[in-house]
Amino acid sequence: MEFTLTNFLLFMVNCVLTNNFIFSRYLGCCPFLGVSSKVETAAGMGIAVTFVMGLASLFTYAVYHYILVPLQISYLITISFILVIAALVQFVEMFLKKSMPSLYNALGIYLPLITTNCAVLGVTILNIDNKYNMLWSVLNGVFGALGFLLAIVLMAGVRERLESSNIPKAFKGFPISLVIAGLMSVAFLGFAGLGN
Amino acid sequence: MDYAAILKAVAALGGLGILFGLVLSFADKKFAVPVDERFTLVREAVAGANCGACGYAGCDAYAQAVVKGEADISLCTPGGQATLDALAAIMQKESAVAEVQVARVLCQGETGVVKPRYDYKGPKTCHMAVSLSGGPNLCNWSCVGLGDCVRVCRFDAMRIENGIVVIDENKCTACGMCVLECPRSVLRLLPKAARVTVRCRNEARPKEAREACSKACIACKLCEKACAYDAIHVNNNVARIDPAKCTLCGECVKVCPMKCIEQLP
Repeated sequence: MEFTLTNFLLFMVNCVLTNNFIFSRYLGCCPFLGVSSKVETAAGMGIAVTFVMGLASLFTYAVYHYILVPLQISYLITISFILVIAALVQFVEMFLKKSMPSLYNALGIYLPLITTNCAVLGVTILNIDNKYNMLWSVLNGVFGALGFLLAIVLMAGVRERLESSNIPKAFKGFPISLVIAGLMSVAFLGFAGLGN
Repeated sequence: MDYAAILKAVAALGGLGILFGLVLSFADKKFAVPVDERFTLVREAVAGANCGACGYAGCDAYAQAVVKGEADISLCTPGGQATLDALAAIMQKESAVAEVQVARVLCQGETGVVKPRYDYKGPKTCHMAVSLSGGPNLCNWSCVGLGDCVRVCRFDAMRIENGIVVIDENKCTACGMCVLECPRSVLRLLPKAARVTVRCRNEARPKEAREACSKACIACKLCEKACAYDAIHVNNNVARIDPAKCTLCGECVKVCPMKCIEQLP
């Protein structure tokens, strides 16, 4: 895919809205439900995921094209990518602790959680499947994570309001959250076809 | 079998693993953030219950404040004397003798002892019950026994028996969470050595107090007369013991007509 402004904008709409990681790919649902009770923490998680997904796209691209393909062992893609992501998250955590303590304190507990976020592994494998080059891979990672950020912040906004509303007892807590996630997913279906 | 393919896979993954391991161990050195070693020691010395008795967000926050010198070393009540001594050694400060306190229930209003005002059928929380026209008991100072304190106790030291809270002295660490929680201030932190306590706080006129509860203090002042040490006094229609003067002789317990003074073994 050639890098032009039109392509770039279409790609952005596609990643953030049409193929939203949570609402149309159903990846990363664990943090989406687990860390979405407050807007502030949800935004923190979203930013941390953006950071890691962008970097993971870059590094897994390099690992795949410069190690796995030349050695003809691309069937090891899943395990080697998990290795890359886990090491990367550790490294990012150490780096942030030293150089940006304020950001580290803000993201602190969410960073290690991202290792097990399937959206990160998902985006890296999608990059390979879609045969993106390095630039598009990184853009896919960053915009995909921005879609995740949008979804988790929207969800947190709704859940904050749910706290004070009168919900039937049987629906309190997770049931109503899952119903809302489903409704939001249906709403995002409205973007289908846009940006492709 | 193609051993080369297997070896290639092992070498590639192993190589990646070793590479990442090396990078990470290098990064660990390079990006190491110096942590005050006293912090680790202090964190190990405190009780670790994260109860919040010290007024900080948790044991980590308290340990940090101690190391910075912002917090006093005597705030960890669950840790008791052992923690105080350990912290004093780490921070090189004078260790004081910690006065061991326990939470005491200043009420004997069991079911049948205190008269009911109405039959309470609402949510089982004390805060809710006492806000409804003065509470389900005729005495406005009584324990309503719905267990708000039991729910905040981190040490399993409290239970409800016969409609009143009972404290296990051996488990109580005097963290004070129940004292803060009780909507009626029935619970108090008192020195463990003060074995004689007036278990009533009813400040109503003697006649009303007697009508409300069969174990209420009626301000008869017999205990005042019986006390040879000037330790017990009636103020606001209720007797109070000064633990500093009390010699645990037990004379007041014997003369009290309402049996509202209790001597613990």
